[in-house]
Amino acid sequence: MLCEDVSLLLAEAVEPKVELSLPASSHLESCLRCQAELVQYKKLSRALQGLRSSLIDPAPDFLNELLDELRPLAPIHKLHQGGRRRAYIGGIAAAATAGAAGAIVIASRLSKQRLAS
Amino acid sequence: MVSSNIDELIDEAQGGDHRAFEELVRLTYADTYTLAYRLTGNEEDARDVVQETYLRVHKGLKKFRSDAQFSTWLHRITSNCASTFLSRRSRNTHDPLPEDPVIEDLNPQRDPEHQADIESLRSQLTDALRGLPPKLRAVVVLRDIYDLPHEAIASELGISESAAKVRLHRARKRLRQRLYPLAGEMTSVDESDKPASEGAHAV
Repeated sequence: MLCEDVSLLLAEAVEPKVELSLPASSHLESCLRCQAELVQYKKLSRALQGLRSSLIDPAPDFLNELLDELRPLAPIHKLHQGGRRRAYIGGIAAAATAGAAGAIVIASRLSKQRLAS
Repeated sequence: MVSSNIDELIDEAQGGDHRAFEELVRLTYADTYTLAYRLTGNEEDARDVVQETYLRVHKGLKKFRSDAQFSTWLHRITSNCASTFLSRRSRNTHDPLPEDPVIEDLNPQRDPEHQADIESLRSQLTDALRGLPPKLRAVVVLRDIYDLPHEAIASELGISESAAKVRLHRARKRLRQRLYPLAGEMTSVDESDKPASEGAHAV
């Protein structure tokens, strides 16, 4: 194989599961230029992988803008259902409290009448 | 970002808890923005891509299966949205960017000299990536930085797997020639970096 032919394969040879064919491998063993090219591809691959750990900072206001845009997606019907449920529970609690208070008032009046009689 | 935390948030968000969804956005938006920026090379487009990405995430979250990696799923959606933007955009992306993005290192080294070398390399690499035509840049970013499989890249960019591999080969070759040139390649690097004609020849 010629350097030009092997060169076409070297960019793919950095992939973990890719293996060079036997003719390409034997050319590579004896060709310093192709060896150097493969080393450079491996350096490039490592450098690109290194970029994975770096983040590009968005503008400071971006998160709030994004969340504002997404807020309409909140399930409104569920919020209403939740609110209604809370209102029912509150109503029942208020009625129970009023009932208990009424019972106490009636009981105290009855006991006063008994004492008076 | 703790994966178990993410998993819990996904479960809650799938159950309709919008606060959990918002928390999921908070934990992942910087990573999503970084990918969007790398693919579009443009802050404004990156913002639009991120917004569209999370709209799609919200829509498709109930179908997301917890045995898959959430970050991979998110990257696929981001790349698909970016691809739509890139195909819509008529102007050439080799225009200089309005300002250099601030890059935050997630794993800072303590040795300042070593750190300076890394910063220098990253800066050169970022410049070289920006110099690539968008179609070539997309495949090399998704494959070599985000480790997406060829099949997923082809699917999200709407091209065949073989076309994705051809683009990847070209992208790597151009980056290698620019950043790690062999003897005798220095002059040809300048030629291959002329942007307008490259875009026209991209697969």
